[in-house]
Amino acid sequence: MTGAERRALFTTMLRVRRFEERCVELYSAGTIHGFLHLCIGEEAVAAGVLAALGPEDGVVSTYREHGHALARGIPMESLFAEMFGRTTGCSGGRGGSMHLFDASRRFYGGNAIVAGGIPVAVGLALADRLRGRDRVTACLFGDGAFAEGEFHESINLAALWRLPLVFLCENNRYAMGTALARSHAETDLALRAGSYGVRSWAADGMDAVAVQEATELAADTARAGAGPCFLELRTYRFRAHSMYDADRYRDRTELEAWRARDPVELAAAALAADGLLDDAGRKELEEAVGREIDDAVRAAGAAPLEPVEDLTRFVTTATEDGS
Amino acid sequence: MTVAEFTMPALGADMTEGTVVEWLVSPGDEIRRGDVIAAVDTEKAVIDVECFESGVLGDILVDVGQKVPVGTPLAVIATDDAAAVPPSGASSPIPASEPARPGSPPSPERPATAVEPRVRSPLVRLRAAEAGIDLRRVPATGPGGRITQSDLDRVLQPPTLPHRISATPYARRLAAERGVDLATIQGSGRRGLVRARDLPRAAPAATRSPRPAAHADPRHATAQLMARSKREIPHYYLGAQVDLTDALDALRAHNRAIPVPDRVLPAALLLRAVALGLRAVPELNGHWIDDGFRPGDGVHLGVAVSLRGGGLAVPVLRDADALGLDALMRALADAGGRARAGHLRSSEVSGATATVTNLGELGVDTVVGVIHPPQVALIGIGAVRTRPWVVDGAVVPRAVVDISLAADHRASDGATGSRLLREIGRVLGQPDLLVGDDQVGDDEVGDDEDRRPR
Amino acid sequence: MTATAGIRTVTFREAFREGLREALATDERVFLMGEDVGRYGGCFAVSQGLLEEFGEERVRDTPLSESAFVGAGIGAALGGTRPIVEIMTVNFALLALDQIVNNAATLRHMSGGQFSVPLVLRIPTGPGRQLGAQHSHTLEGWFAHVPGLRVVAPATHADARGMLAAALVDPDPVLIFEQIGLYGVRGELSVDAGPVDLDGAAVRQRGTDVSVVAYGGTLAPALDAAAELAAEGVSAEVVDLRALRPLDSSTVLESVSRTHRLVVVDNAWRSGGPGAEVVARVAELALDQLDAPVERVGAVEVPVPYPRHLEEAALPSASQVAAAARRAVG
Repeated sequence: MTGAERRALFTTMLRVRRFEERCVELYSAGTIHGFLHLCIGEEAVAAGVLAALGPEDGVVSTYREHGHALARGIPMESLFAEMFGRTTGCSGGRGGSMHLFDASRRFYGGNAIVAGGIPVAVGLALADRLRGRDRVTACLFGDGAFAEGEFHESINLAALWRLPLVFLCENNRYAMGTALARSHAETDLALRAGSYGVRSWAADGMDAVAVQEATELAADTARAGAGPCFLELRTYRFRAHSMYDADRYRDRTELEAWRARDPVELAAAALAADGLLDDAGRKELEEAVGREIDDAVRAAGAAPLEPVEDLTRFVTTATEDGS
Repeated sequence: MTVAEFTMPALGADMTEGTVVEWLVSPGDEIRRGDVIAAVDTEKAVIDVECFESGVLGDILVDVGQKVPVGTPLAVIATDDAAAVPPSGASSPIPASEPARPGSPPSPERPATAVEPRVRSPLVRLRAAEAGIDLRRVPATGPGGRITQSDLDRVLQPPTLPHRISATPYARRLAAERGVDLATIQGSGRRGLVRARDLPRAAPAATRSPRPAAHADPRHATAQLMARSKREIPHYYLGAQVDLTDALDALRAHNRAIPVPDRVLPAALLLRAVALGLRAVPELNGHWIDDGFRPGDGVHLGVAVSLRGGGLAVPVLRDADALGLDALMRALADAGGRARAGHLRSSEVSGATATVTNLGELGVDTVVGVIHPPQVALIGIGAVRTRPWVVDGAVVPRAVVDISLAADHRASDGATGSRLLREIGRVLGQPDLLVGDDQVGDDEVGDDEDRRPR
Repeated sequence: MTATAGIRTVTFREAFREGLREALATDERVFLMGEDVGRYGGCFAVSQGLLEEFGEERVRDTPLSESAFVGAGIGAALGGTRPIVEIMTVNFALLALDQIVNNAATLRHMSGGQFSVPLVLRIPTGPGRQLGAQHSHTLEGWFAHVPGLRVVAPATHADARGMLAAALVDPDPVLIFEQIGLYGVRGELSVDAGPVDLDGAAVRQRGTDVSVVAYGGTLAPALDAAAELAAEGVSAEVVDLRALRPLDSSTVLESVSRTHRLVVVDNAWRSGGPGAEVVARVAELALDQLDAPVERVGAVEVPVPYPRHLEEAALPSASQVAAAARRAVG
């Protein structure tokens, strides 16, 4: 991997980290409402997976998808606007934090039912197969989804039909507050996925480079017609499940051990060691990201709210124009 | 140096307020952005709260244990970086823009102004307009200071109880269009339901008059009401003879002490006895509506008054059981006089929970009455006559009156009716209960707790 | 060609199959998938012969994974194809409720109108004969509750033949509820029968004294009742709702405004069922047209029992409809 690619991964992670931190602030101030799930600690998954995909590929995500959306290239301003409920949001303000969509980037959300997006991803891959298109669908979900029937039904179906699909399990070890070992008899998820006749392996979800390389291999395999692949990306979230919880289900020492492998700082250190990023460069990058966020928040906050008269839009085609 | 506020954060989608359970820093401490500086109880959990400014903690504005709404300043932070502080000291980092168009719901925090009452129900507006009530003067108890139907009811006293005619909606519509009074139509449907086919085909020309007022043709109104009563109500009848001698003696003593124009007639004494009896037997005080008995919200006695032109007027003495004897007499005289003069207001002839017919002055010994729907009881009173009566084994002349009860067998049985007659007799046998001061009898019902000043 | 020469007799099953065959033949984006739709020929033999005719890619047998293959239908629709997904019966559709309610019905909205889900779900529904509680449900009303879905219930051979084509043209998810009890019923169909509108109720029989509103599996008993009533001199108008969402209130209101009496017939339980919605709309919009209490004929509030006599007692019948109409006419 080139230095430029590694720097790009780092930049993405830094943008995600600072974006999420600003979300905390905006939520606390009552500017963002509803459920807000942050991916601080999991930035390497977002950066690595999305860097491995082409613009023609499809992405299906979860409710912890800010990082995925940013790494997919959806502008910050439209993400903030979405969370502020403004018409310039990437879903027109109708979705909120958990329902980020962008048709132009084949970003299919933003699914807030655990495992609910997985069957949809199977269908997107099926459509590509039926229409003879040379593209893959990346399906991101968490370890919690691995316990759902929809996941098992879907991976079997995708394997049966050898669909161009990559299952990306962002394993942060907790389904809300329930640890993997407290909900699964066998916690080696890649091992279990392999039982469906799918190529499965695990990668270090705190290392963006490793994530990107693993995803590229999986996507190439699926694209080549060898059927779906399953990747378990082992990572950790540094903050609460939703915006705030009392975090009584995790051991502080466990959290500190994972924090020692902070993906952003890990990447920064590696870049510095290879002479690809010095203090001045980091500072310059931080300032650029800070400005991007400030500008995005300002623009999103100035965007209009949808008039109540338009309430019944976007239900069916018949209600589309809302006039 | 700039000053920023550290506010009660929103710590979840459902959080509206929180309690500071611990301050982890003290005024004067240096704090950095991201530091946990307080713990807040959201009622779901105790959450460590971080600050988003760096600087020196100034005054703590909210003490431990205090519950405050989200957004309330908890402490002041003197920041060392003016750029980190939002301009104009606003706690919201972005301007909260309002929807561009009207129609957005008003902020729930904004108190209702005295100028413009908050009314959501079109029915409330309509009823208020019909009754000529200024909504600004109606005390509101609804959510967000809204005026509810009940609020209006409290002002629009007394509630009018519509005489319910059973008719299909379509028949009602046709009747209105054709100017037909549904009360004149015999329904052919179940339980007398008036249907479209029961109406005259064409509209009689220019008969589209408003619903006739109760007093416009008293004979007609009485005919309707009594026919309905006999059609629908399974009556049962009970009677009792009551010795009035002691009560009349007490009444005479009472009357001696007051000016002649204020003196009380035996009719008022009997009325008061009936009122107290009904209070003690609430099963006979109320209405039969929609196949069920609804107890009255007080003892409102209808007093049948014969009119010179024929027919009846039945003015209502509201809360008759709460009126002392003198007050009851005044009310009776007033209502009777105006009834005969045809000056009763519609509100004075509606809402009775039971009716009393006293035909004693016409020389009648016994009354066997017809209930006024939807009431369930009618108490009939005959002439007070001196009769031979056995007292302590000796036949002596006593003042005796025949009191009868006609009651709706759907709502009560004979045993209940007997209790009422017994209770009336008991009260009449203890004239102190009737003639004393206005509060007499109150201690027999209710609960003192309820009558504490509030 | 004479008029009679243009008419043939077909079963509902054949009418549905004809619609499917036409859809697969005319649009290469269309494919059919579901449990046993291919080699088996369809649980109710609707898709018999289609695998042989169109091949495994276009007629796809799925595992018993309702959630996965319904969700795959949603994804495939998003991906530019026109999937027809058969769920074997409405009873099993409950296993795919998440996909139908949380995805098919909401994606357009949550994405601010960026995505359409042109999915067609074919769902056999209603009682069969002595199939027991778990295989006799009538639940289309549940789906009709959800904005974002279109719910239709063909009750005639022409609708069975023609609703699919219209559903495939619709950019939104369409649920076609096929009556299990009707599959073998024969009726006339024009040789050139084709697409029909999805919207709008239809007056299947004109009448003046009482409006009998039915749909799907209750149209036949409603028409039988109307014939019985006609012999007694009562003229019943029979309205076939055809679609439960969007519900065509205006045809119902127009009929009630002429007859002033309403009987609603529904195989579903009365509490909260589609019939209740019809009654509510009449109460909202045309109360003063009613000259008799509304009569409802629906399933008795009990899981459908197995024994024949109890099953019959639990479900609406023509004689119950006629009796209700007589009460209304009084």
